[in-house]
Amino acid sequence: MASATDISTLSFEAALQRLESIVKQLESGDAPLEAAIGLYEEAQALKAHCEARLSAAEARIAQLQLDAEGRPVGEAPFAS
Amino acid sequence: MASAAPNIPEFSVSELAHSVRRTLEDRFGLVRVRGELSGFKVYGSGHAYFDLKDADAVLAGVMWKGNYQRLGFRGEDGLEVIATGKLSTYGKSSRYQLIVERMEVAGVGALLKQIEERRRRLEAEGLFDRAAKPPRPFLPAHIGVVTSPQGAVIRDILHRLHDRFPRRVTLWPVPVQGDGAAARIAAAIRGFNAMPQGQRPDLLIVARGGGSIEDLMAFNEEAVVRAAAASAIPLISAVGHETDTTLIDYASALRAPTPTAAAELAVPVRADLLETLADLGLRAQRAERRARLLRAERLGALAARLPRPAAIAGMARQRLDDAGERLPRALKGRVRLLRTRFEAVGGRLSVRLLTQEAARERARLESPRVTPNPALLRARLAAARAALASGFRLAESLSPQAVLARGFTMVRLPDGSLARNAAVAAGAAELRILFADGDVAARPLSGPDAGPAVKPRPATPRASGGTPGDSQGDLF
Repeated sequence: MASATDISTLSFEAALQRLESIVKQLESGDAPLEAAIGLYEEAQALKAHCEARLSAAEARIAQLQLDAEGRPVGEAPFAS
Repeated sequence: MASAAPNIPEFSVSELAHSVRRTLEDRFGLVRVRGELSGFKVYGSGHAYFDLKDADAVLAGVMWKGNYQRLGFRGEDGLEVIATGKLSTYGKSSRYQLIVERMEVAGVGALLKQIEERRRRLEAEGLFDRAAKPPRPFLPAHIGVVTSPQGAVIRDILHRLHDRFPRRVTLWPVPVQGDGAAARIAAAIRGFNAMPQGQRPDLLIVARGGGSIEDLMAFNEEAVVRAAAASAIPLISAVGHETDTTLIDYASALRAPTPTAAAELAVPVRADLLETLADLGLRAQRAERRARLLRAERLGALAARLPRPAAIAGMARQRLDDAGERLPRALKGRVRLLRTRFEAVGGRLSVRLLTQEAARERARLESPRVTPNPALLRARLAAARAALASGFRLAESLSPQAVLARGFTMVRLPDGSLARNAAVAAGAAELRILFADGDVAARPLSGPDAGPAVKPRPATPRASGGTPGDSQGDLF
């Protein structure tokens, strides 16, 4: 079972894949009860983690400021 | 005389040059000329100088920096172009030239051929190996966009990103056509890759809107293709319309048909993911609940089938009670049985019975049938002695010494062996004749034919016949 700290380092996609596999495992009904409860807890943690990733959906649009040689020297908000 | 023509106005050189120039510019203020580029050269000032020529004539041409930079392709000797501009003069050297404002490649075929040759060369270098490209992140956190800050492209991308999944976006502004565009685009791709962790995007989009093949030429430039191929950040190329393919499309990790499509390939739809997540959460909850209920049900069913503790103990108690009750009865019965058997035997037991038996044994002991008879024993002893004496006699008679003592002799050969017949004896050089009291050396006088020197008498040891047991003593 992945611990909470492990989950926090997972990418969204990895967490989603793990969540899918856990749900399939739970639905198969093969897991022993203790394992099933552990899996369910992990599934909840993974779901929360994924939701957190999804909620961090902020658009931060910046345009790089370039010097005469075309090197970035800073950035400014991009007026879209 | 009057050779001078006073009616003809007199010009200074400059005036004439200026006049010619005006005339040319008025008459050829806007012309389109088709020709082959030759002696093409871009000066440090940024202006491009070249000749346009065909089979019979040559026309000098110049393209000022601003116009040349807007050109979608690079001038190259041998390239057939259609130049648009005005004719003008260059007064200092009495020359006229075409000042080109726009130029397009006359045969797109020629340009395509150029691109195709480049594509083959770069492909042979392995720059287009898709399998070697970095994998795209499922959900990039930070997207770098290389395109023009003006125009619809960046807006289309941002708009579609916003619809699907708003992300952090950094725009690296570049010119997307004209001289220097390719170098700037390549520098932007490398620049994003060179950014430190944290600032560096995890996905790049290099985009440009639709245009003519000349407009898109920057994305066919080797510098851009190489930068895209070397990008450690996965790169989506989206140049022109769906039907346009530029060389950067071969070198990118993924080619999007349009900038909008690039945004779609870049991020998943957030709403879909939330829905998926909610669905998975629900399924996990249901499955976990079902797992618990199912087990609770099974537990209940098993518990119902479990016998009551009292029942288990009760059964044992019943058996104990039963045994306890039967025990004294069984003992009593056994004792009774044994007593009956004992009494039956004991009643028959008496002293008289014993004395009777003793008297009977005594009578047997005293009866004459068992009295020893000495005469019988003596007779058997005498017979045994006789048999022993006869045995001794037989043994003595069989001894060679006894035979010699009775006057017989034995003849030995020199090697000590016995001469058993005349032939052997006659063939020997020397013989030894053994008597009872010693031996004598002898030498045969004749061969075996010399007559019966040795009598064959002993050859029939059982001459007298009869059984060995009766007549052992008469053997010789």
